[in-house]
Amino acid sequence: MSRRPGFLVYGLLIAFVLGSAAPLYWSFLLGSQTKEEASQGIPPLLPGGHFLDNAQRVLDSLPFWKALGNSLMVSTVTACSVVFFCTLAGYAFAKLRFRGSGPLMVFVIATMAVPTQLGVVPLFILMSKLGWAGSVWSVVIPWLVTAFGVFFMRQYLVDAVPDELIEAARMDGCSQIRTFLTVAVPAARPAAAILWLFTFMQVWTDFFWPLIALPPDNPTIQVALNQLQSGYFKDFSLVLAGTTLATIPLLVLFVLAGRQLVSGIMQGAVKG
Amino acid sequence: MSTSLPTRGGDTETVSPPRPPGPKGQPTGGSGRPQWRQRLSRLDHTLAPYLYISPFFLLFLVIGMFPLLYTAWVSVHDWSLLGGKGEFVGLDNYREVLQNPYFTKQLVNTISIFAISSVPQILIALVLAALLDNQLRARTAWRMSILLPFVVSPVAVAIIFGSLYGDRYGLANEILGVVGIDPVSWHTNRLASHVAIATMVNWRWTGYNALIFLAAMQAVPRELYESAAIDGAGRLRQFLSITVPMIRPTMIFVIITSTIGGLQVFAEPRLFDQTTARNGGSDRQFGTITMLIYDFGWQLRDLGRASATAWLLFLVICAFAVVNFLLIRRLGRLGTIGGRG
Repeated sequence: MSRRPGFLVYGLLIAFVLGSAAPLYWSFLLGSQTKEEASQGIPPLLPGGHFLDNAQRVLDSLPFWKALGNSLMVSTVTACSVVFFCTLAGYAFAKLRFRGSGPLMVFVIATMAVPTQLGVVPLFILMSKLGWAGSVWSVVIPWLVTAFGVFFMRQYLVDAVPDELIEAARMDGCSQIRTFLTVAVPAARPAAAILWLFTFMQVWTDFFWPLIALPPDNPTIQVALNQLQSGYFKDFSLVLAGTTLATIPLLVLFVLAGRQLVSGIMQGAVKG
Repeated sequence: MSTSLPTRGGDTETVSPPRPPGPKGQPTGGSGRPQWRQRLSRLDHTLAPYLYISPFFLLFLVIGMFPLLYTAWVSVHDWSLLGGKGEFVGLDNYREVLQNPYFTKQLVNTISIFAISSVPQILIALVLAALLDNQLRARTAWRMSILLPFVVSPVAVAIIFGSLYGDRYGLANEILGVVGIDPVSWHTNRLASHVAIATMVNWRWTGYNALIFLAAMQAVPRELYESAAIDGAGRLRQFLSITVPMIRPTMIFVIITSTIGGLQVFAEPRLFDQTTARNGGSDRQFGTITMLIYDFGWQLRDLGRASATAWLLFLVICAFAVVNFLLIRRLGRLGTIGGRG
């Protein structure tokens, strides 16, 4: 609504933003205190200065670097793969005429409604049979190409690539793949960046399947945090220092690319 | 560059006519080559789309369709995690699961957590979107700050809130103490634990959904508001009579996606748990259906019952989708949604 907002609007927004940031600050706050300080009611409002000691304890009690490496590897590989295959498929659905394209697209959208968790048992059996159980590849495979990605790219490319360009390329005798590379790929870049970010985040934060698929000595970050939390004896300064460490990579990504995330959410929904 | 034609995937018989036998019709003066190239190019244009979409369908076949059917297959057998397939037992697994008192309890928990989280979440997201749909200064900065919780993984959220909701020294109880309310046992009281878990889900998703609503709100023609203002409608009235009906399709989208996600909640209750078994509290007061799948399959090592539970969860989700759909259609017929959409 085109009005100049008043004091109340800003006040409510500030309250909301504080609420969004507070738990993260709390996590850093407790993670920077000694074990004894952290278990005593309301902490001081300023960090205690023991964050690095606690971080060191986290590194001693977990295969943290390995987990970080695994998470980075899995998220990066899947994000690149999703962008590549979904751009190809999205382009075909958006711009190429072929028999059955309508029903096939409906089918792709329908698969989005099937919860992934339904398939974990057979997926687990399959990965064991293939000999991939326990390796990070078992986490990568299910994410290589996603229905959401295909749909998202299709929605974007319908408007982003003019039909005349494709026609012209075809007249010039370009093969299909060359048309795709020279006409569609440059146009798809903004959407591809968004899709890459989203996939990276989704895979990074995924928990259920990695917990099943990976052993304790070869975890992703989320599975490693799970181990840290399962100690018999609650040591909040340790656990929250670990949580803070594990959240830092995505926070960095957020600072660098939050703008794209926002525009991505707003685009994906309008056209959906 | 010559494109390599696929040998499988596209049904080649229907699109490529059989090649004319070579030596019979003698080509005159090299016109054979362009013809051959033309044919290749036509084939390229017919087959390429199928080639481009094939990765998705192949993968879906392997990790979507096949597991779906295979889950059903596993669920009618004795099937242990270590020993593999046993004998056929028909619907015994389903009967055992349905008779297991934890199934009912954890289904109720799942629905309860879902209800406590999704209703406030959608209402708050609506209000937040309405606040953002003003001529704010530093628009992008506000939008980004709202989205901050979304980059924190559910596991991390659960750990952080688990300490905030500590039964003895948690911040939540300390604050209640300041106001003069007795400490709440967040981990043992059933309803309190549901509220705690719902808070985690909401903290992470409200901003995200608010941005989705905001996108829809910005597509509402501004003239509608202007004419309503001339008719003397106040801001609240404009919001309820114009904004909410205009963004109904988006609300449906958000409700359906949050249903599919909300009924599968796993990381939050599992990490909120401080008992050693971690099945959702000492008496499973906040265990969910997905946790039961995990418990059956990977703690009791009974993949048969885990699969049966997974199928039952799927049916519950389908039922919810249908109920949602009918409810929304009903609301649509009533014309305008009241304040309690």
